[in-house]
Amino acid sequence: MVTAGLGTMDRPGAEQVEVREAALREAWSAWPGVASGRHVPPPIKADVRSLSFWYGKVQAVKNVSIPIADRRVTALIGPSGCGKTTLLRCFNRMHDLYRNTRYEGQIVLHPSGTDIIDRGVNPIEMRMRIGMVFQKPNPFPKSIFENVAFGLRMKGFRGRSEIADRVEAAIRAAALWDEVSDRLRKPAYDLSGGQQQRLCIARALATEPEMVLFDEPTSALDPVATARIEELVQSLKERVTVLIVTHNMQQAGRVSDFTAFMYLGEMVEFDRTEKVFQNPGKQLTEQYISGRFG
Amino acid sequence: MTSIERVIRFRRYQDIGFQVLGASLTVIALLVLGALVLDLAKTGLGRLSWSFLASFPSRKAEQAGIASAIVGSFYVMVVTAFTAIPLGVAAGVYLEEYSRRNWFTAVIEINIANLAGVPSIVYGLMALSLFVYTFGLGESILAGGLTLALLILPIVIVATREALRSIPQHIREAAYAMGATRWQVVRYHLLPYSTGGIATGVIIALSRAIGETAPLITIGALTFIAFLPPTPFSPRPEEDGGGLYGPFEWLDSGFTVLPIQMFNWVSRPGDAFLANAAAAGIVLIVATLGLNALAIVVRNRMRRRIRW
Ligand SMILES: Nc1ncnc2c1ncn2[C@@H]1O[C@H](COP(=O)(O)OP(=O)(O)OP(=O)(O)O)[C@@H](O)[C@H]1O
Ligand SMILES: [Mg+2]
Repeated sequence: MVTAGLGTMDRPGAEQVEVREAALREAWSAWPGVASGRHVPPPIKADVRSLSFWYGKVQAVKNVSIPIADRRVTALIGPSGCGKTTLLRCFNRMHDLYRNTRYEGQIVLHPSGTDIIDRGVNPIEMRMRIGMVFQKPNPFPKSIFENVAFGLRMKGFRGRSEIADRVEAAIRAAALWDEVSDRLRKPAYDLSGGQQQRLCIARALATEPEMVLFDEPTSALDPVATARIEELVQSLKERVTVLIVTHNMQQAGRVSDFTAFMYLGEMVEFDRTEKVFQNPGKQLTEQYISGRFG
Repeated sequence: MTSIERVIRFRRYQDIGFQVLGASLTVIALLVLGALVLDLAKTGLGRLSWSFLASFPSRKAEQAGIASAIVGSFYVMVVTAFTAIPLGVAAGVYLEEYSRRNWFTAVIEINIANLAGVPSIVYGLMALSLFVYTFGLGESILAGGLTLALLILPIVIVATREALRSIPQHIREAAYAMGATRWQVVRYHLLPYSTGGIATGVIIALSRAIGETAPLITIGALTFIAFLPPTPFSPRPEEDGGGLYGPFEWLDSGFTVLPIQMFNWVSRPGDAFLANAAAAGIVLIVATLGLNALAIVVRNRMRRRIRW
């Protein structure tokens, strides 16, 4: 449950979650098989409710609400500067590292019901539960093994063989094992850019987070490396909820189940990815998708 | 000739002119330095021998040596290093990673920058009243080491901050995003990645401290010492109570250091003592150059190991 801080009025009641589920259900309604009952909408993993964010006096996120579906890929798209990165970094409270930043609203993480934005919630706990992969591959200047083991050590794992097992599992999950299994003790910086980015994914996966945030993970990579990452992101949803920011419309179309289109800090449209791309509900979305601006 | 050609030609002359000027000035500076070292070597090299290194100072120039000065310099440096490194690194980490930017930290920063420029004899005066009288440390190795630590503290702080600042922000963010606390980021990332830069700064600072004379004379370091500080756990003479010396008794001992020994010999009449001073100077230069070479090796090592 939410810890101290906000009044009880703001706690997510069951009925409120249901309202958000309705948004997901609506987004699902046209999905093949849903009508016939073969599919049911996924539960909500993280519920963004009326979230606003300020850098000093500049409001970068304006009253955004999005339901993030459990173990699905949700893409954030929108023109440069519309606040995608800012919104993403609210999920693991990265903004807390800098001065003069302010959040308002809620991001309720289910099933625990924790409000990520709540002052009483420790950002460190959120960062352990929600992993992040950055735009530019940023491995630590340590060995490949130590890069992945770091999060485990932070979480308090001590056993040598247990750490080794989990490191291997994470590197395998990031589809990197075959390329690095014989040089785990070598510096991570000897890897190619694409390999480094997969190593960063392994690093984020090692602690078994509930959710992984990707901020344009392929923007620094070539097409082949990009394809591998995309494949990887899709395979991840078997185990974790994925929220991915991308500039690349085709990428959003390829990897995501749901898409949220943002513009000038506001959420314009949220729906099933197919729907957003083939039959957007808002004119602004249509214009952006068809490349008329942005 | 078109005007563009004229401009290009003029610039080329400008370029060549500056190259010639720079090169000749560099050569002149090196020649002067070389001449000084050669002169020192000519005067002192003849005196340099094992017995010179292993003897105590003496009234007779031919029997005098620098044993007590070398050992004194070593012990003083140990105290300096063990106090200036932890204090300076901690202060640098605090200012760079923990403190919020406000008027208070701004004042501290300006003061640190200015402290680095305070004449060393002023440090000596401060240390005399603080360490020698207020804390009652006397004219001891401890007081001397602390004085020099005070002197190099700003250098260590600045070196630490520079080294931390050269670590890209995205590395910090990667560590924080894994759920690391500020202390864990400092302990497992920032300090390991900045060791090279910090070590380089520390070594350069120590090589400055080893040549300092004025502040130590101010606090009353002796100029003529015919004994060594008590080595830890060595036997204590019977007339002094017997048994073994404690591990830290050397801190309380009187001392001299190489530059003071030199100063003492230079101020005596006669060429023989001047030769002694020159020989001690050679030893001092070798120590300083050795430390600087170590700094370069450390820096290159770390540069090869760490890339972003
Ligand atoms: N540290 C900051 N301080 C002040 N304003 C900022 C800061 N970072 C971002 N902004 C502003 O907030 C807005 C949103 O920026 P953000 O980086 O979230 O956009 P984005 O959608 O990720 O853009 P891009 O696609 O170019 O990465 C922009 O107007 C930007 O100028
Ligand atoms: Mg961005």
